[in-house]
Amino acid sequence: MRLADLEAPALRRLLARGELLLATPPFVVRVTSDLPQVAEALHFLYRDFGVLPPDRFSDFRVEVRRVSGVRGWLKPQARFSVDGREAFLPLPQDHAPVMLEWGLNWCVVAHAHQYLILHAAVVERDGRALILPAPPGSGKSTLCAALAHRGWRLLSDELALCDLRTGTVSGMARPVNLKNQSVELISRFAPEARFSRSIAGTAKGTLSLMCPPAEAVSRVCEAARPGWIVLPRYGAGEATTLSPIARTECFMEVTEQAYNYNVHGAAGFSGLARLVGEAECFRLVHGDLDAAVALLDALAPQTVKTER
Amino acid sequence: MNTPLIVSLLLRPATAASLSPLDWELAIRQARAANLIARLAHVLEGSRQRHHVPADAAMHLLAADLVAERQRAMVDWEVRCIREAVPPAVPVVLLKGAAYTLLGLEAGRGRLFSDVDILVPRERLAEVERALVEHGWTVAEMDAYDDEYYRRWMHELPPMRHERRGTHIDVHHAILPDTARVRVDNAALMQRTVPVPGHDGVLALDALGLLLHSASHLFHEGELDNGLRDLFDLDALARQALATPAGLAEAGRRAASLGLARPWFYAVRYMTMLLGTPLPAHVHANARPGQPSAAVLRLMDACYRRALRPPHATCSTAGTAAALLLLYVRSHWLRMPMHLLIPHLARKLWRRWFEKPTASVEPGGADGANGANGAAKT
Repeated sequence: MRLADLEAPALRRLLARGELLLATPPFVVRVTSDLPQVAEALHFLYRDFGVLPPDRFSDFRVEVRRVSGVRGWLKPQARFSVDGREAFLPLPQDHAPVMLEWGLNWCVVAHAHQYLILHAAVVERDGRALILPAPPGSGKSTLCAALAHRGWRLLSDELALCDLRTGTVSGMARPVNLKNQSVELISRFAPEARFSRSIAGTAKGTLSLMCPPAEAVSRVCEAARPGWIVLPRYGAGEATTLSPIARTECFMEVTEQAYNYNVHGAAGFSGLARLVGEAECFRLVHGDLDAAVALLDALAPQTVKTER
Repeated sequence: MNTPLIVSLLLRPATAASLSPLDWELAIRQARAANLIARLAHVLEGSRQRHHVPADAAMHLLAADLVAERQRAMVDWEVRCIREAVPPAVPVVLLKGAAYTLLGLEAGRGRLFSDVDILVPRERLAEVERALVEHGWTVAEMDAYDDEYYRRWMHELPPMRHERRGTHIDVHHAILPDTARVRVDNAALMQRTVPVPGHDGVLALDALGLLLHSASHLFHEGELDNGLRDLFDLDALARQALATPAGLAEAGRRAASLGLARPWFYAVRYMTMLLGTPLPAHVHANARPGQPSAAVLRLMDACYRRALRPPHATCSTAGTAAALLLLYVRSHWLRMPMHLLIPHLARKLWRRWFEKPTASVEPGGADGANGANGAAKT
């Protein structure tokens, strides 16, 4: 069953009882919430994701609940917890949808050490992954959102899951976090892109979440082989350039963006070396979205037009 | 009170075959909360039950294996760095997780820990601190009160962290504070040590020393988030000691001579009661000198039966919160005389209830990867 097949009241009931099992492969998340904002956001953003029966195994149990008591009444706040343990400080209730996104990322990063996890956006074409590892503020989510509407399949805007045994990369095809300037940019770039309502005053400014394209969600289980690693840097007003770099240089920078490189020890080193070795490596300076997308697009000439 | 699923699964791994998907979910949750998830992976592996674990739950065990394996390698390296930093004339004695792991003990398999604990002679303490600072460790930032509290009353330096590696070390000069009601003969404890293989000049307490230190630590501890994990340590240490010719025949006498008869009594009692550790009758008999009065024992039973469970909502019963609070207060009462205790505790409880902890807001913090959950011990 897809989440879109649930009527809004049924979804709210499942959320209230902690019986919503959301399939975001390779993970299953059990979500509990008494907040209408969460139900609404899930209904909109996760419509194409699967829902499993409540007696199935879930990897993470997350709750987004209203904070009760006088404090909650004066300033309505939401609390995010993972299996009963609060992971962040409470935030205003209308931040609940992004809180859920950050919280799910936290769950994966803190626990899923079966993968080498990179802080990177990933898209795929013809079975090959374009990986954009970068610190916050480098514009990787924006690039990823744009590419996801230009014939590249969205894997993730934030977390690349690298399976060191198979040498493949996967993502959860979850919604893309965009700052409001980027929302304007993407709306112009891809008018078909759909966004959640914008959320002001978060730790990262005004944010919206972009719906993942339906095809990306339906193909989420298809992992990709590493194709290109591009280290992006946003430079306002700078000329947009894509320059090849040495694999060694790329390797060093990618380790900086690996959350759990230390957990994997020698296997992490050789696995990452294999990943980087299989990819072509570039540095991208981008000041103009169209130019950047054109350069990245040229990396993998489209054989078949997969755009809907 | 029912036995938590994680406890019955660790004690009877053959039951793995009969668990439903929801049981597995619960076992993983409880194991994670109790810091026993890598232990669970190890126990299922050792009893050849790993193939009964469904693929989705198995991923969590695999991740835990990797973390435990990595910690083993890291503690090995860390201890080398510590030995190199500390002047050669100063003996370094490993305690707890680091000792179990590097001695290759069963208690060290799948044992997750967040810092390395070492014991050094008190008169060398200043020298050790200076040497560690010269080699890149820094004293954790804390307010003046906490720093003073550690240095004046505690049996350890404030926790130190290595600037580059981000690793933590606790430097002890005794196993209990000087102000504690129980007077421990630290010198006698440090006399019975064994060399740590592969680490020249590094020592660990001998088997009985490890067991008695573990008991004294657990039954003086006020924050029992890792209480069940520590009880499993005791169980593994005791079983391994029983398999040697010396067994635990000396345990009672040694406990009494070190001043640890009471915690040893509790260790024997709760290992048996909660984990069914097969201790021979003479061990029980020899531990009896440490038994408290009947009234105290009833109270302690009520508290520890509730506290030595996973700190997880599904293991909480009527009275858990009260038991934890009582043990918290008791731990301070054991640690210092009344005129120090009352102002200290008032301050701590005030902070605990009214001052919000500042948590990390974003994924990407260093802690995500190492699975550490260090809690301040003040």
